Amino acid sequence: MAAVTLQGIAKHYDAHQALSGIDLEVADGEFVALLGPSGCGKSTLLKIIAGLDAQSAGALHIGSRALRHERPSERNIAMVFQSYALYPHMSVYENLALPLAMRDLAAWQRLPLIGRFTPGYRRRRAAIDRRVRETARMLGLEVLLARKPAQLSGVQKQRVAVGRALIRHPDVFLLDEPLSNLDAKLRGQMREEIVAVHARTGVTTIYVTHDQIEAMTMADRVALMMDGVIQQVAPPREIYADPVNLRVAGFIGSPPINALAARLEGARLEIGTRGVTLPNAVAMTGRCICGIRPEALQIADSDAALVAGRITRIEFLGAEAILSLAPDLPDLPVVQMRCHPEDIDHLATGDTIGLTARPEALLLFDPDGARIRFQKARATRDQPLPAFLPLRSEGHG
Amino acid sequence: MADPAPAISAVPAKQVLKQAAPRNEPSGGKARLRDRLAGIALATPATALMLALLIGPTLAVGFLSLTDWGFGARSFAFIGLDNYAEMAGDPVFRRSLINTLVYVGVVMPVSVALALAVALLIQGGRFGRTFFRTAYFLPVASTLVAMATVWQFMLHPNLGLVNEMLRLVGLAGPNWLTDRGLVLFTLAGIGIWETIGYNMILFLAGLMAIPGHLYEAAEVDGAHRPLDKFLTVTWPMLGPTTLFVIVITAIRSFRVFESVAVLTQGGPGNASQVLLFTMYRESFVYFRAGYGAALTIVFLAFILILTLIQIRVIDRRVHYA
Repeated sequence: MAAVTLQGIAKHYDAHQALSGIDLEVADGEFVALLGPSGCGKSTLLKIIAGLDAQSAGALHIGSRALRHERPSERNIAMVFQSYALYPHMSVYENLALPLAMRDLAAWQRLPLIGRFTPGYRRRRAAIDRRVRETARMLGLEVLLARKPAQLSGVQKQRVAVGRALIRHPDVFLLDEPLSNLDAKLRGQMREEIVAVHARTGVTTIYVTHDQIEAMTMADRVALMMDGVIQQVAPPREIYADPVNLRVAGFIGSPPINALAARLEGARLEIGTRGVTLPNAVAMTGRCICGIRPEALQIADSDAALVAGRITRIEFLGAEAILSLAPDLPDLPVVQMRCHPEDIDHLATGDTIGLTARPEALLLFDPDGARIRFQKARATRDQPLPAFLPLRSEGHG
Repeated sequence: MADPAPAISAVPAKQVLKQAAPRNEPSGGKARLRDRLAGIALATPATALMLALLIGPTLAVGFLSLTDWGFGARSFAFIGLDNYAEMAGDPVFRRSLINTLVYVGVVMPVSVALALAVALLIQGGRFGRTFFRTAYFLPVASTLVAMATVWQFMLHPNLGLVNEMLRLVGLAGPNWLTDRGLVLFTLAGIGIWETIGYNMILFLAGLMAIPGHLYEAAEVDGAHRPLDKFLTVTWPMLGPTTLFVIVITAIRSFRVFESVAVLTQGGPGNASQVLLFTMYRESFVYFRAGYGAALTIVFLAFILILTLIQIRVIDRRVHYA
């Protein structure tokens, strides 16, 4: 097991800059998710860590070793691919055994027929056999050892891929969108299994995904990437509650954060003709963007409202409901509120209502999208974290 | 897995039809009848063509093989299996059958192995891919009868390019086409030259169909040396392609004819007599159409056996499903 350190990693293909200035430290035994929309460079970064691709610039350390052109097998990393990448002609047993056979048997010992007559073959094969059965037991694959991948379900293939990766006791465990070929229900099950495997083995894990639910539910820390740059690295609750810029705030959370054009005047925030007094002054005046999480909104009288307008849609989701509101000001986008269904039982589409939010819950951004923090240094930490992380299954990534 | 050789795919036609059948059939009896008639109407042209061009002639040949019909004769007699009995005692037939099997036995493994090697080199090469691909494919695109004539010049014992070159390095070249022991292998060499390009194209297609992440997985799993990669990923994943190439090469070389007809006429003696040429000579030189038909049936039986081996025995072992 080992820590992974990335310093100023960059990658370009001809003129295209895929990654730039990537700094990331993954502690020994930590579970970090690389989250981002497709094309943001997260898979490229994973391949660089794996050694399937080399960085154009920057330093990569696994443990104390600086790595650049070392082969994947020399790095003692293991990887699970989106498509599982099981060898279709080999049984589950042979798939699991392959990494060990490659490492522990000499080339001539792997030869069919001849290999078994070489010295030490039997002892090493027995050791491999023990490891394979142990791994199969851990992942519940014992009864499937004789099967070929084509005879397995998606979840079973996934388990074999995880098993094949972990069987060598790698220093670092890399996963590239491992759940995206599974349907929603099985995804939840596999999320738990992977977290459990991580808890049991304690191996440093880097998990690439475009699905914020996977990142938020599994990882110790989430590194959000966009356009080849890491925007923020933080624990799930912090990246949700305290985003560094509007893009992070907009990517995490579903429905997405409401971003409303506003004006700052000292401690006064104005959205159109309505306004609210902020708990602390901010170091800015003029135009800004006010971000409000859907669950931070609540229904208010029209004189106390921050935004008001007509209800365009009410979506009932079981434990919660999403209310969409078309503000009465022309420049504002549709505002979405997440609430308990009972709170809006008396409302119907077409009604005119007002919405407001606690000033402490507002996230302010300058016109370029950078976060404006309240001036009191501890303000953000005083801000209570939401009691739960409301995420809907269809992440918008 | 992606099947690089769908042309010879083992999916039974019945299964394909089942999948293509409409899910919800119209309920009315009239509608069902109309559907059925439409189906028959659509299938008729192809069925008629197959009957007229393939199945009919095959049955006719089968029938002829039981007669003593001479090509152009007004009458014939039904002689049962006499033609086949004659074949069993015919030294020319036996010679040509053995020669054909030897020819296939040389051309098939060598051209498959070389084609795979060439395909791997081209695939792994950094430049000149198109050039090499085209160069190796040229013999396939050219007319073999014309090319055989070129080979005749090249293999001429005194004036030919091949022996001239051998003389340059101080070797006396043999009589490539008139040496009894050598002629079959000379023809096999020409056969290999002719089939490599075709097989190489098939292998290249098969190589391109191998998913790249399998190589990445092999790399991560420690199978990064070229031979390990080949044995772990390339060779097994090429299984269906290799099978297809082997069978198609066997059938193609079983049909060897042009080079024999142009270069040796089956000679010297019967040293290069092959099945198809014997068939041609009996039917159209000696006008013994009945006997020729019997030879054709034997030839057909061999092709059928090759195809059955492919479908029944090996196909199941290379598709990993």
